[in-house]
Amino acid sequence: MIEVIGLVKRYKDFEAVKGIDLTVKDGEVFGFLGPNGAGKSTTISILCTLLKATAGEVSVAGIDVRRQPDEVRRRIGLVFQDPSLDDQLTARENLEFHGFVYGLPAAVRKERIAEVLAMVNLEERADTQVRTFSGGMKRRLEIARGVMHHPSVLFLDEPTLGLDPQTRNHIWDYLHELRRREGITLFMTTHYMDEAEFCERIAIIDQGTIVAQGTPDELKAMVGGDVISITAAAPQALAEEIDRAFKLATMVERDRVRVEVPEASTFVPILVKELKTPLRSLTLSRPSLDDVFIKLTGHAIRDEAAGGMDQFRAMAQRWGGPRRR
Amino acid sequence: MESVGQATPRVESRPAGGRAGTVGASLRAVYIIWYRDVLRYFRDRFRLVASLAQPLLYLVIFGTGLSSALRGTGAGGFGQGAGSIQYVQYLYGGVIGMSVLFVAIFSAMSIVWDREFGFLKEILVAPINRSAVAIGKTLGGATQAMIQGLILLVLAPVAGVRLTVESVLLLVPAVFLVAFALTSMGVALAARMKSMQGFQGVMNFLMMPMFFLSGALFPLNNLPGWLFVLTRLDPMAYGVDVLRRVVLMGSGLPPAFVDRLGMTVNGTVISPWIEVGVVAAFGLAMLGIAIASFRVRD
Repeated sequence: MIEVIGLVKRYKDFEAVKGIDLTVKDGEVFGFLGPNGAGKSTTISILCTLLKATAGEVSVAGIDVRRQPDEVRRRIGLVFQDPSLDDQLTARENLEFHGFVYGLPAAVRKERIAEVLAMVNLEERADTQVRTFSGGMKRRLEIARGVMHHPSVLFLDEPTLGLDPQTRNHIWDYLHELRRREGITLFMTTHYMDEAEFCERIAIIDQGTIVAQGTPDELKAMVGGDVISITAAAPQALAEEIDRAFKLATMVERDRVRVEVPEASTFVPILVKELKTPLRSLTLSRPSLDDVFIKLTGHAIRDEAAGGMDQFRAMAQRWGGPRRR
Repeated sequence: MESVGQATPRVESRPAGGRAGTVGASLRAVYIIWYRDVLRYFRDRFRLVASLAQPLLYLVIFGTGLSSALRGTGAGGFGQGAGSIQYVQYLYGGVIGMSVLFVAIFSAMSIVWDREFGFLKEILVAPINRSAVAIGKTLGGATQAMIQGLILLVLAPVAGVRLTVESVLLLVPAVFLVAFALTSMGVALAARMKSMQGFQGVMNFLMMPMFFLSGALFPLNNLPGWLFVLTRLDPMAYGVDVLRRVVLMGSGLPPAFVDRLGMTVNGTVISPWIEVGVVAAFGLAMLGIAIASFRVRD
C-alpha cells in the first residue's frame, strides 16, 4: 500500500530525513514511532503530497507521489496533528465541504455524512459550530472526515496528542471500529509507546533514520530477555559495580539503572546478594517498546525533545489558544 | 472508475469523485471555497455591523469637520455655485473604496489564519487544482468586499449624495471590479506568508499608503510633482475615481466639473473606461501571481 525507498528530505542546512525505506502492507495498522523532531511529520507530509522529497521513491496505493499527487490525494485521508477544522462552521458543514471537495455526489454525501457521524457518535452535535467542541470531539470529527471519501489509506499524525488518557482510549476504540468496518490501511505516527502496541507493525525512527522495523513482538525480542530496573541514590556507582561484578551492559537514566538479562527471576537473588551499593527499589519487566527504543537509540523516547512544547500544545488545545503550525 | 492497483477484495477502494484535472472539478472547488467564505461572512453578524463604524466615523466626523473648516475659508468643498460639492459628498465615494480595500485585504489574510489554524491543510491535501484554490479565495474575498461596499450605499443620505437606480446598478459591477483587484493582491501576498506577523507590514507599508494615495480623501490634481507621480502609480486611485464618478452621477453636476475632480495625466482627463481597464489588468496580474504562488510545493 505504501512503498518508500531511499527517501531524503533536506532543508537548507538540515537533513530531516536521511534516506529511509518503508513498506506498509494492505489493510495494516502501521505505527511510525519516534521522538519529536525525529522526522515523523516530515515523512508523513511527503507521503501525503504536502512536501516534496529531495530524493527517493515514494508511492502510495501504487501511485507515484511526485508524478501524480492529485491521484494520491484522492486515495488518502488525513488526520493532522493540530485540528484542521473550520470552527466557525458546524460539524455537518465541515463534512459537506470535505465531501464536495472530494467530488462526492449530493446523495452519497448525505448518506456518508450520516454514516461517519454515527461512527464517531457525533450525530447529536452535527449542527453545532465546531468551536464549542472539546478536543476529543474535534479529533473524532476529523477522523470521521478523514474516512468520509473512502480512502485506501488513512494517515494519522499523532492522533491522540494533547488528549487525556480516557479520551485517548476512546479514540482508539473508534480507530479499531473503523478498521473493522472500512478495512482501510492506517498509517500513524505517535510517540506514545503504549499506543504503538496497538499497531501490527512498527518502524522506529530517530534523527532521520529508521533504526528498526517489525511487529511489536519482533522488536521486543531484540531486547533479548527481561529488563531489571533499579533505583538507587548513587545510580552511577551502582551501574559501575554491576558492570564490574557481572559484566553486564547497563544504562543510567536519572536515578534509574537498567540491566537486561536472559532470565530475571533466577538472576535477581544473586544480584541483590552480591551488590554493595545500597538499592532503593527494584522492578522486573518483560521488555516494552520503550526498552526497545532505549536499546536502539541510547536514550528514552520522551526525554528532552517531547517536553515543553508538548505541554504547551496540550494546554493551548485545551484553552483554544494559539497553536503551533 | 477502476479501483486501486493491488487492492484486495476486502479493501473497498473507491477513489473519490471526478478527476482533479477536469474543468468541472475545478469549478466545483472554486464554488465551495467561495461558498465557505461567504457563509462565514454572514455568520459573523457582529463584524457586519462593526464594519459600518469606521466609514461612519469618516463621513460624519472627518467629513463634517473638514467641510466646516473649509467653509470657514469661504468654501465648503470644491467648485462654486451650481458646479460645486460639499467635501463630505466628495469623500463618500472614497469611503466606499476604503471599505472595499480593508475588507479585501482582511479576507485575503484569512488564508494566513487558515494556515496557522490548520484548515488550509484540509484544502491543500484535497484532490483539487491549486489554481482553483487561489481563484476561489479571490472570489470569496471579493464578494465579501463587494457586499461591504454596497452596504455603505445606505449611508448616502448621511453624505448628502443622491443615488439613482442607474448609478446603483452601475455601482454593483464597479465595486466588484475594485474588490476583485484588491483581493487578488491580498491573496497574492498571503499565499506565501507564513505567519500573521507579516500582516503588520502589509498594513503599514501597503494598505495605508494605497489608501492615502488613492484620492479617497483629496483630489489628485494640483499636487506637487512627487506626490502626483506616486498617486498615478497607485492602482487603487483609478478604482476610487471610477467609484466616485458613478456615485456622483445622480447629483446633477456638470460633467466638466466631475472631470476636474478626476484623474488627469499630462492635463488630459483619463476616460473611466481606461481606468476600468487599469484596475482589471492589475487584478488579473495579481491573480496570476496568486495562482503561481499556490502551485509551488516545498
